[in-house]
Amino acid sequence: MENVYLAIPLAPLFGAIVAGLFGKQIGRAGAHTVTILGVAVSFVLSLVVLKQFAVDGADPYNASVYTWMVSDGVRFEIGFLIDNLTALMITVVSFVSLMVHIYTIGYMHDDPGYQRFFSYIALFTFSMLMLVMSNNFLQLFFGWEAVGLVSYLLIGFWYKRPTAIYANLKAFLVNRVGDFGFLLGIGAIYMAFNSMDYATVFAAAPAMESASFEIFSGVEWSLLTVICIFLFIGAMGKSAQVPLHVWLPDSMEGPTPISALIHAATMVTAGIFMVARMSPLFELSETALSFVLVIGAITALFMGLLGVVQNDIKRVIAYSTLSQLGYMTVALGASAYAAGIFHLMTHAFFKALLFLAAGSVIIAMHHDQDIRNMGGLRKYMPITWFTSLIGSLALIGTPFFSGFYSKDTIIEAVHHSHLAGAGIAYWAVLIGVFITALYSFRMYFLVFHGKPRMDEHTREHLRETPWVVTVPLILLAIPSVLSGYLIDPVVFGDWFNGVLHVAPGHDVLGVIGEHYHGPLSFVLHALAGPAVYLAGAGVATAWYIYMKNPAIADNIAQRFRGLYTLLVNKYYADDFNEAVFAGGARNVGRLLWRVGDALIIDGLIVNGSARVVGWVASVVRQVQSGYLYHYAFSMIIGLLLLLFWFVFIAQRVGA
Amino acid sequence: MIDFPLLSVLVWLPILGGAILLVMEALGFPDIRPTALVVALATFLLSMLLYTHFDISTAAMQFQELAPWIEAFSVNYHLGVDGISMPLIILTTFTTVLVVLAGWEVIKNKIGQYMAAFLIMEGLMNGVFASLDAVLFYVFWEAMLVPMFLIIGIWGGPRRVYATIKFFLYTFLGSVLMLVALIYMHLQSGAFGILDFHRLPLGMTEQILIFLAFLMAFAVKVPMWPVHTWLPDAHVEAPTGGSVILAAIMLKIGGYGFLRFSLPITPDASHALDWLIILMSLVAVVYIGFVALVQEDMKKLIAYSSIAHMGFVTLGIFLVFTLLDNTGSTGGAALGMEGGMVQMISHGFISGALFLCVGVLYDRLHSRQISDYGGVVNTMPVFAAFMVLFALANSGLPGTSGFVGEFMVIIASFKANFWFAALAATIMILGAAYSLWLVKRVIFGEIANDGVRQLEDINRREFVVLASLAFVVLLFGLWPAPLVEVMHASVDNLLAHVSVSKLPHEAGMALLGNGN
Repeated sequence: MENVYLAIPLAPLFGAIVAGLFGKQIGRAGAHTVTILGVAVSFVLSLVVLKQFAVDGADPYNASVYTWMVSDGVRFEIGFLIDNLTALMITVVSFVSLMVHIYTIGYMHDDPGYQRFFSYIALFTFSMLMLVMSNNFLQLFFGWEAVGLVSYLLIGFWYKRPTAIYANLKAFLVNRVGDFGFLLGIGAIYMAFNSMDYATVFAAAPAMESASFEIFSGVEWSLLTVICIFLFIGAMGKSAQVPLHVWLPDSMEGPTPISALIHAATMVTAGIFMVARMSPLFELSETALSFVLVIGAITALFMGLLGVVQNDIKRVIAYSTLSQLGYMTVALGASAYAAGIFHLMTHAFFKALLFLAAGSVIIAMHHDQDIRNMGGLRKYMPITWFTSLIGSLALIGTPFFSGFYSKDTIIEAVHHSHLAGAGIAYWAVLIGVFITALYSFRMYFLVFHGKPRMDEHTREHLRETPWVVTVPLILLAIPSVLSGYLIDPVVFGDWFNGVLHVAPGHDVLGVIGEHYHGPLSFVLHALAGPAVYLAGAGVATAWYIYMKNPAIADNIAQRFRGLYTLLVNKYYADDFNEAVFAGGARNVGRLLWRVGDALIIDGLIVNGSARVVGWVASVVRQVQSGYLYHYAFSMIIGLLLLLFWFVFIAQRVGA
Repeated sequence: MIDFPLLSVLVWLPILGGAILLVMEALGFPDIRPTALVVALATFLLSMLLYTHFDISTAAMQFQELAPWIEAFSVNYHLGVDGISMPLIILTTFTTVLVVLAGWEVIKNKIGQYMAAFLIMEGLMNGVFASLDAVLFYVFWEAMLVPMFLIIGIWGGPRRVYATIKFFLYTFLGSVLMLVALIYMHLQSGAFGILDFHRLPLGMTEQILIFLAFLMAFAVKVPMWPVHTWLPDAHVEAPTGGSVILAAIMLKIGGYGFLRFSLPITPDASHALDWLIILMSLVAVVYIGFVALVQEDMKKLIAYSSIAHMGFVTLGIFLVFTLLDNTGSTGGAALGMEGGMVQMISHGFISGALFLCVGVLYDRLHSRQISDYGGVVNTMPVFAAFMVLFALANSGLPGTSGFVGEFMVIIASFKANFWFAALAATIMILGAAYSLWLVKRVIFGEIANDGVRQLEDINRREFVVLASLAFVVLLFGLWPAPLVEVMHASVDNLLAHVSVSKLPHEAGMALLGNGN
């Protein structure tokens, strides 16, 4: 079995290396063949593994592959932990990745960097698989940073564009801020447990529950709270939670396939996965859970609001992703880890679908991404239209679609949570439902319905995209509808038993599960709650504003000018960061350089001491006059001084 | 076992080779470069014997050679290596091969002397790392500066005189004080063996003075803030090869000095003054990180980045006492110390590689200004891939050697004191910021000007140089065990040594009691 596990990440790595180093020799077809084969192998083997856990009930596998190093008696290893959570994640990752690989053949068809692109996305697949398969914190951090690296390379894929190379630097640095916290979290784990191994750490964690830690002397914090919050700061970077969300919208500068794969379906969910994996730690700190809950709620609501005012088709979906990541985070904070992972999975399908559909639209529109220039695309692109509709319906939580089951579970879970902040979070996710429907269907109506607003030339060339593009859309549309029915085993079944730990007092899913009697009754139960109606109201509002009475949109923007300006400027977060952090760092640097190094150290001390030496020398030089009597005179003076010192000072001190 | 004096060969073979090169040039041989390469390669391959025949189970000195030299002062020709010095010797021989290759077509003026200077310096640096006698060490230590002066002074840039004088003033001051300390210890012990000094009992005042004398010598070499300002100037004026040797190896001599002299000879003073070293290290990481961010000259940027990264070396090495005071054991200290040592080796590869990258660009456009470049990837894609890799390694990306040492030191320092770790970990952000901002401005973007438009990608020779560095950077990033395991025995031994006070019992206890 070990070989199968090993082959899952190594197959795409092999593809990445071949396509990356020998891209010229093997050509375009060679590059996409070798990487797609690699990812396909991963996907098939992931299905095998999933079957073992789902059908055969295999035991978790936890073993080391090789020892990275041993220092101070601590083993730093590369190893795999394969359990139900991993099996689910590798299946989702390799499936979406496979779809994106196939889609890329069409999307990047004319790009000169074709082989490079395939090499990168295959490398990404390897990194992401290593991340989710890890059995220790070191490898987790490896995968964590490696997916960040590939994201950096892919956002800046079109390296001639100033916006792209600005966005990729920004993405890497903001992620590094998160990783700064993450690394400190790992440092704290090393301090507390003297091990990098998940199993060892989780086993020892309960004994640490009362341990305290002082960051500021005299202020005692629970050690586990400190660990969890630091780890979560890492998740905030990778999963783009407020205030480290700023890189994700800009990441849309990269080619659309990677927006689907990396910046929607997989990499950004690494933070969610990580917190779920760390549930044995987070369960021991209610403070950390509340922190997670509140950050998630803020992200879910406020990032969704920004989606309403965006006009770039990819940015609308990007803000939607931010908001949905907020939902997942809220689920984690409410201890509903299974619901968070479940939403991660359904979201991976329908959001990848929406992005790839947007990419299909972008191809047809000759790379115009402004939804104000679209409209009426439904008749030109039937497959793209229909799959987009499915994706949007899933996203807003329409009953019987996958997103409904996952999102409604989260809302219910927060409703039942008693943690501090749960009350606010409940309202945030509830209002978020309305907002989600509003921006989703605003986009949907503007793109696919109404009058075509593009120029003549573009309209004449509008047609459905080739099969390599549409087939992945169809294949993603299927789980976007059906994966919701996995709610039975995944959320309310025993799929995550022994994998995700939930303290008895936090078990909100258990409470909901008591009233759960299958997917149909779940829908009926939901009809008694507000969420479904809020989603409907969002769609209706979008229809009224953007289809029925378009003048009203401007009217509202005029009426609420202050709010509108705030949203259009993204709460001024970018301006604030640019001025305070980027500008501030450069100013501090210049100050330290000009004043610290040049003026004080070099100017005063180095050159100053050189000048003092020069000055002393010039004075002493006067003494060397060459006249014998000068020397004789100074000798006598010296002798007298010596005598004086000996008689009057040394004697007294001696006595 | 090796039945010939391997260390002597590693010291004298390159020196002799250098002398032969000088003679050959004087005699008017047409091409002396192959000879230089053969000598450098032979030395490198021989140095690999140190690794293959190294016994990782012992902290004792290996490959020892001992012969009386100046018997009147009991000065011996005593060579030997342990897990601390052995990797540094291999780093030296490896880097010298690359430096010889890097100067192949670039140096037009007196190439024989240029190559000879590097080979002689290689031998002297090997001598520094292999010496177990203080006088021998001091001779190599001072002699090493001569070829470096010549390299900067003859093949350097326009402000080379200022740079060499600054370099000389800084290093000379430290060296003299170190010499005084060595002589004092000789008077106390009657010996000049470094291992004898390790065992020499010293009072607190003596230790403090000796520690400060060593600090002056080693801090300048590392260089630690605030005695670092010679480094950017020296780098800017040095030819590419000089910068590589300076960054990759000469800076390491400072770190090595702390490990070989300061800690074992003056453990109590090190304990009492470790706050000073840690403070200077952390200031280096943060302060210099900010300064590196705003550099407009590529070489200065990498020079400042070197200083910040070397802060991890001194931080990691000196964590042991804080750990002792705060946790009551040396657990974590080996991780920090080995992390500091890994950082030395890795920084040798990465900063060397970055200076070579700047050299590749400088050879073509004769400018080091960031603003003279932009969009280099369009004309030099292979080079761009290397430079991006090394910049990422410089920002501590896991999977590259740059990550290993930083990771070890950061998590070890968390155990000692949260704030050490928090300040040190800022390199995650700052290091990425200055490295990748550099890459953004130089490598990415549209072709900025006609100079960049006419750039030609690296040739086979340059490819070999950069590819060998890329190989080791990735190798030790993915599997540092072969590097780390040779250090264990020596590091454990050193830690055991420094955790025992040299002071008479009561004084030692008092010191431990009110330690920082």
